[in-house]
Formats: sequence, structure tokens, C-alpha cells
Amino acid sequence: MQNIGEAFSLALALVASGDADLFEIVGLSLQVSLSATVLACLIGLPIGALVAISKFPGRGALLVLMNALMGLPPVVVGLMVYLNFSRSGPLGFLGLLYTPTAMIVAQTILIAPIVAALSRQVLEDLHAEYAEHFRSLCLSRMQTVSALLWDARYSLLTVALAGFGRAVAEVGAVIIVGGNIDHLTRVMTTAIALETSKGDLALALALGLVLLTIALGVNAAVQSLRMSARRQAYV
Amino acid sequence: MSSIDTAAFRPDTSIAPDGYAPLLPLRVRGLQLGFDGAMVLNGLDLDLGPHGCTAIMGANGAGKSLLLKCLHGLISPDAGQIDWSGQSPTQATRRQAMVFQKPVLLRRSVAANLDFVLKARGKSRHGRDALLDHVGLLHKARHPARRLSGGEAQRLALARALATDPDILFLDEATASLDPAATQAIETLVRDACARGIRVICVTHDAGQAKRIADDIVFLHGGRVSEHTPAKTFFPEPQTQAARDYLNGRIVL
Amino acid sequence: MTFTRTLGASLTALAFATAAFADDSSIIVQSTTSTANSGLYDYLLPLFQDKSGIQVNVVAVGTGQAIKNAQNCDGDVLLVHAKPAEEKFVAAGFGTDRTDLMYNDFVIVGPEADPAGVGGMHDVQGALTKIADAEALFASRGDDSGTNKKEIALWADTGIDPAAGSGEWYRETGSGMGATLNAGIGMGAYVMTDRATWISFKNKQDYKIQVEGDDDLFNQYGVTPVNPAKCPAVNVDGAKAFSDWLLSDEGQSAIAAYKVSDQQLFFPNAPKN
Repeated sequence: MQNIGEAFSLALALVASGDADLFEIVGLSLQVSLSATVLACLIGLPIGALVAISKFPGRGALLVLMNALMGLPPVVVGLMVYLNFSRSGPLGFLGLLYTPTAMIVAQTILIAPIVAALSRQVLEDLHAEYAEHFRSLCLSRMQTVSALLWDARYSLLTVALAGFGRAVAEVGAVIIVGGNIDHLTRVMTTAIALETSKGDLALALALGLVLLTIALGVNAAVQSLRMSARRQAYV
Repeated sequence: MSSIDTAAFRPDTSIAPDGYAPLLPLRVRGLQLGFDGAMVLNGLDLDLGPHGCTAIMGANGAGKSLLLKCLHGLISPDAGQIDWSGQSPTQATRRQAMVFQKPVLLRRSVAANLDFVLKARGKSRHGRDALLDHVGLLHKARHPARRLSGGEAQRLALARALATDPDILFLDEATASLDPAATQAIETLVRDACARGIRVICVTHDAGQAKRIADDIVFLHGGRVSEHTPAKTFFPEPQTQAARDYLNGRIVL
Repeated sequence: MTFTRTLGASLTALAFATAAFADDSSIIVQSTTSTANSGLYDYLLPLFQDKSGIQVNVVAVGTGQAIKNAQNCDGDVLLVHAKPAEEKFVAAGFGTDRTDLMYNDFVIVGPEADPAGVGGMHDVQGALTKIADAEALFASRGDDSGTNKKEIALWADTGIDPAAGSGEWYRETGSGMGATLNAGIGMGAYVMTDRATWISFKNKQDYKIQVEGDDDLFNQYGVTPVNPAKCPAVNVDGAKAFSDWLLSDEGQSAIAAYKVSDQQLFFPNAPKN
């Protein structure tokens, strides 16, 4: 495949030349997916924690639902958000369609279930360890949740990373609600899809390599944080 | 280990939510608790006076830990009454503290582990360092709690229990996995707590420890208290065959 | 509480991101893909934006999708290539008026080996018939796009129902032009594409134009401002300014001036005033 060698040199050339369009696209990708990750954590972590420490009828069914939602197809999420944010939709008056905000909303919906389901598992294991001690201390539900969230912080960072990875890699939702508009809503994945459709496979692959490098960088940063935490037995 | 300025972490009774009606004497009647049809505690009666240190002994599976957790309000018995001088176990939980065999330490620094408890109880951090000093951990205040040795970890767990200003301190085989020196450090601290008026109720397998720290022994057998005598008489003259067998190292069924 | 404050800050940031967008100085064009993928907009839009100060945001999807999006009021201007569908759009009140803008033509591309032997033909009906008779692979968009509508109409003229061979020699990709070309080239199938997309397409491999030059392969693009009577949020002035400029002498000569590999991709044919 001559495309792969070509892609490597093209990727290097793009980065080395400081291509302004490339940096704009990379910047928007990070902005959208990191915002979505933060929002998904604000929504997903408390839900995950509450489910982790609670016993109630229908809990088993809820767990199945939460796990199933992890597999939400991005296109379906994109369509749901599109139908709501379309000018003819119920939230059309907000004028959010084809904006980065709409993309953030779509990716938040996509990954909040991932954060909730994975954090539920992490926090349930931790709670099993802490539960007796916490009951001895007569902690309230809120105190328990916040203590668990804080003590699981490094594991939850990995959970957030799983969400971020899914968000930054998906194309189906952002292309529908963002429209892949140049200089406005074009992100790495939609740019890759566009170059593929133009038949410029080398450029598409080069963009893919840049995306992979970013993902590697983010993962390496989180990994080094976790390693330093592990040395202190905080993981 | 230094002596402690007890005033630093004795209760400020003016803000105590429950008032300070004494929890003792304790009266337990007809306590029953079983799992999968097998009764572990079977009509247990127990009376404990207001002072001193009581050791609960008995063979494995006699229900010592379960009894402790029932008294602390962590487990609800199937039947029977536990009466902390008018308060139920769950009402009394807040004024008690428990140290478990395996210390459950938060993934934070030594000091932060104490801060957590102080904050949960709405107390100031004022007495924290005195308490750390008391258990010999002041120099490790910033260390990760889960990197402490077994003895240090248990001392921290004990400090954490003391930080809640308990009227009652439960110890569930707190020294079972510690070496002799670490065990002695814990025993010193427990005796000290007892001397300051904290009622200590501990579960132990260590007859030597019971002799050293306990004023009276509650011996469990067959789901009931088969013997409740002063430590001075329990060891030289056990009253029941089960206690004699236990002390002689025979298997008791 | 920190938690609440963080949440509040995030939502405020979101609100600002929104505010930056909802103004009168930009329009959304719901467009077919060929005009975007061929680079025409990259050439035209800076010219218009410099002159008017209006930011043009292009959402490039298939013609069918573009029309649906515009019917949902999610655009200010429609620029596609399916005249009957565009006229229906106007008749239903979604567009103010549709005007011919430019044209090019469709071609059928195929592999060097040319298994159906259609190379050099100028008669599209004959070529499609030969392809169907030979059951040579043919990759169709299958996505209700302008190109797809045109292709279906051409099959209808031949009297052949290619859907009978669907999944066998007739492969409907349900994708855009570029994706269909990639797929078709990957499987060695004939593909009908507009000439502009083909000329600027970079993954041609051993493919070349096999059939071209039939009057039936004419490909007309039209421009339609979205009707504010149906869609009150439409940027009427911006939409009119853009479509007027495209249809003006200046816009028309800009379209004619755009070339890829020295070949003109689009031929302006707006009616003279």
C-alpha cells in the first residue's frame, strides 16, 4: 500500500508546516470532545455513584439498560439531537444546529451512559470495601457519594478517558448535527470522512495518524498520572 | 508516643446533637441471628456495666464479630432486643466507633484520613495533630495512608475511631494480623482510652491480650453467652467445659 | 458547592458559544456534495465573503438530504441538482424561487478491463443495457441524491429494472458520491458520477471515463433561497445576497473560471436578466 507511507510523510509535513487549518480542526476536535467528556462526567458520575450505593427494586433492569446504552449508535444520537435542534424542532429556537455546541450536546449524550455504567462498576467495588466503615461513621448518602468519587478519582480518570476516546473518534453524530462546515464545525473525524469521499486516501490517513497521536498523548498523560498515584497506593 | 492533651479531642458537649444521656448499662435479651437457616446467635442475653474493658471470646464461628456488629447497629438481628439505656443500636451508632481487623483506609494521606472523619462528624481539625502524635504518626501525616505498615495502619484506624469521640469503642480482632510490638502499641492505646472513660468492647482470640487489657470476659458458645466473669477468675477458673476446652486449645464444637 | 458552580460555568460557556453563531452575518447553504468535494466553494466563497462580509456555511450532503434539511428550515439557501425535486420544494412553499445556476454532465466510469465493453460509447441507454446484459458490477448511490435520481431515471428509460439484480451485480451503497466511487473502484464496478467530482477525485486507480457525451447525461444545478414564510428564522437578506451574486455576471464568470487540472468543472447558465 503506497498510501500508508505517503500518509506518514504527509502527516509529518502537515504538522511540521504548522498547517493552520489542521490546527484549527484539531483544536475544535479537542474542544468539543473534552467539553463533552466534562459534561458527561458531571452527569454520569453522580448517577453511577448513586446506583452503585443504592439498592432498589428494578436495579438489575436499570443496570442492563445502562450497559445497553453504552452501545448507542452515534448516528442515532446525532439524529435525535438533529430532530430536537432543527429549526423546525422543539429546541430550534435556540439556533444550536450546526454549531460546536450541538456537537458537544450530541457527544455528551453519546458518552454519558459510558461514564455512568463504567463508574458504577468502579464505585460499586470500592463501596464494597468501604461500606462497613462508612456505616460505622453514619455517613449520609451525599457524604458517601463524594467520598467514593474522590477516592476512586484515578480509576474514574480512566473511565473519563474511555468516554473521551469514544467521543473524539466518532463521526456519525457530529457530522449530522455539526454539518462538517469548514472553519466552523469541521473536526478530525468529519475531515477524515470528507477527504475519504474526495478519494484523497493519503490525506485522510494522515489526518487519522494525527488523531491517533493526539489520543496517544492524552492517554500517556493520564497513564503517568495514574502511575504516580499508584506509587502512593491511591489507585 | 507522647501523652495526650485529651481536651483537644474530647466532645464539645454544648453542640452534641443527641445530648449525652449515657448509653450504658447495656441490656441484650433473646438476640437471634442466623444465615440460611443456621442460627449463629440463638437467644443471647448480655448485660454490660458502664466502665472498663470487656473482651468477647469464643471459638471461630461462635458469632463474636456478628454480636459486635449487632451492638454497633451495622447488622439488624432477626429477633431480640438491644437496649443501650433506652437507645436502639442505630441511634447509638453515632456515639460509637469500631476498629476492624483489616483497617479500611481511604486512598488519601494519613492526615486526610483523620480530616475526613472529623469533617463527617462536623468537628474542627484542631485536635488532629495531637491525635496523630498520640498514636505516633505525626511524622507520617503527609504519607499515603495505604503505604503504612500493618501496625501503623491499625494505629491510624484507632486514631480515626478516637477522633469521633466515641462513648463506646469496639475492636474486632484489631491486632489479629499484627506482630507483637505493633500489638503492644495498640494495647497501650486501648488501655489509655479505657482509662479516659471510653467503654471498650473487643473481640479477641488472644488470651494473653484479654488478660492484659480486659476487666471481664464474655465467652460465647452455642449462640449464647456461656460465661461472663471477671478476667481475674476466667483464666484460672473457667466455669464451663467449653471455655476450659477453648483455653486448652481443644476444638470446641 | 463546587459541583454546581462548575456546571453553571459550563452551561454559561455553552450559551456564549451559541450566541457567537446566531447572527445575521452568516448563512447556511444546504448543498449537494459535488460542489463541495470538487473544491468549487473553496474558490467561490472567499470571493463572495470579501465582497459582502457574509459568512457562508456549507452543509454538504446528498441532494435528497439537503432538501429534507431545508424543509426542516435548517438552511437559508438550497443548492442542488435535481430539478423536479427542487420545483416540488418551491411548489410546496419551502423555497421562494428556483433558478438555473450552472451545469456539467454525468459520466460512467469503469475499470480499464471494461468487462461490459462499453468504452467509448456515447449512448447511455445502450451502455446501461450492455452492463445489465453482461451482469457487470454497477455501483449505485442508492441514497436518493440528485445523481441517484438521475441514474434511476436513466434505467427507467432503458426499460430495465436493475433492482432485480440488487445485491448481485447491482450494488446500492447508500453513500455519498465519493464513498460510492471508493466502493465501486474497490469492487471493480461501473459507477455513474458527475464529471466535477470525478475530475477532482484522487483515488482513481485504473479507472477512466467509459461513457460520456449523451444529451441525457446533462446535469443541471439550481439555486433556491428558502422561503421565510415557511421558515421565519431564515436570513432572508443574506440568502438573497448570495443567490443574487451567484447568478450575477461576476458570480457566473467566477464559476466558469474554476478549473481543476486545467479542466472547467461547471458551466454557468443562469438566465440573463
